Amino acid sequence: MIKTFIFGLVLGIAGAAVAVAYVPVVDQHREASIIAVTPNGGNSETFHINIPMDRIMVGSPARRQPLPVGLQWPVDDGLANLRSELFKVRNQRDAVIGVASRMASKDDVAGEVLEWVLHFPARGSMYISMQSNAGEGGHRVGRIRTGSGEFEGYQGSLTERWVADTSGSEDAPAGRIELVSRFVGAGEEL
Amino acid sequence: MIRHLIALLLGIVAGAAAFLALLYFNPFTSQNNLSPLSVGSNEVMNLTFSPVASDSLVYTNNGETRIKPHPEKVLQLWEASVRRTAAAATVLYDSRGGMAGVGVKFSSDSEATRLMNGEAMVESVWHIYLPGRGTLFVEQNENYWSYLREIVIPAYWSSVDSWKGNWHGTITAGPGVLGLGRVVGGSGEFADFESSVTESITARAYSVAHGPVAADSNLTIELPLRVGQEVVAED
Repeated sequence: MIKTFIFGLVLGIAGAAVAVAYVPVVDQHREASIIAVTPNGGNSETFHINIPMDRIMVGSPARRQPLPVGLQWPVDDGLANLRSELFKVRNQRDAVIGVASRMASKDDVAGEVLEWVLHFPARGSMYISMQSNAGEGGHRVGRIRTGSGEFEGYQGSLTERWVADTSGSEDAPAGRIELVSRFVGAGEEL
Repeated sequence: MIRHLIALLLGIVAGAAAFLALLYFNPFTSQNNLSPLSVGSNEVMNLTFSPVASDSLVYTNNGETRIKPHPEKVLQLWEASVRRTAAAATVLYDSRGGMAGVGVKFSSDSEATRLMNGEAMVESVWHIYLPGRGTLFVEQNENYWSYLREIVIPAYWSSVDSWKGNWHGTITAGPGVLGLGRVVGGSGEFADFESSVTESITARAYSVAHGPVAADSNLTIELPLRVGQEVVAED
């Protein structure tokens, strides 16, 4: 019986070791990416944010109704011109694939600042500085400053524009923020 | 026959328990609690904040973990792609306790987690706004193994379902050399700046029901040398 116990002991140690080594503790869900190849050799991916459904937070001293309800935005002169927003981000199939932070501010040192950080679990993140003024058709263009994960080492741009809903459907969003990223590998021209 | 089967099962259970105990007490998986930036000669900027969810401006996750979203009615990250992600917006303080700015942190459980190697990994990014100074992006791989081993698991073992003490640890474990995180400046005095960062936690109380109850976190960002501050190599 002792021999059986010792055999079980070894089996238990080996089984636990194999389980800890090979059974994944974290297995992130992945939506298939919808990436288009652009004529210059780079690639492009389009995301959107349905407003107001995907808005997690709007932090701004100018806002009378805080979002979410109960948010106590700090009262400080330094933050008087800051508008900080958090969103869920969707792909072209309307599936949520990530989260985003958008910060807009104006101060004497940094000037007018408008930035995005897009974070896609299991893929990576992008940090984008936008032009403060919108161009023709309400497009605002920004430069991808850096990225992590699969976006590391890529250069490119992000275009932001507001698209109002015209469907007239009762449960349709008021509109969406459309974000189009265009990447090329480091060292290539966009 | 039955006695042999019972002996086998007892052996398997004892073997699995022995392996897990070895994993838990393995001294080779301890993290270094001293940040490489704290012993360097470069100037650093310290930003402190509370990692307690209810102290943040907004904290949200899938709503099913012990750390509850704050405020209560915040939109939750329940969709499959983001259900292992947390988003937090928090006030950042300088080393004198004054408000330094606002930071947004996204943290996702990492598939690089290897408990065998003492790696409970989280991939995180920060988006930071410091009024009158500029904006920053921080990218980190974080390892919570020491935190789990020395705070969370003892809290579960405790008869009062909590842990109290004084624990300090650096959670940043990459992606840079020496386990440093990466920081990239966006605007103002940080425009086109690239440097290193570490994040540490000083925990004082943890509850099984609510997660961290009393704790402070610190982001230490290495500032680049200014003109005239450069070290000249000697012949």
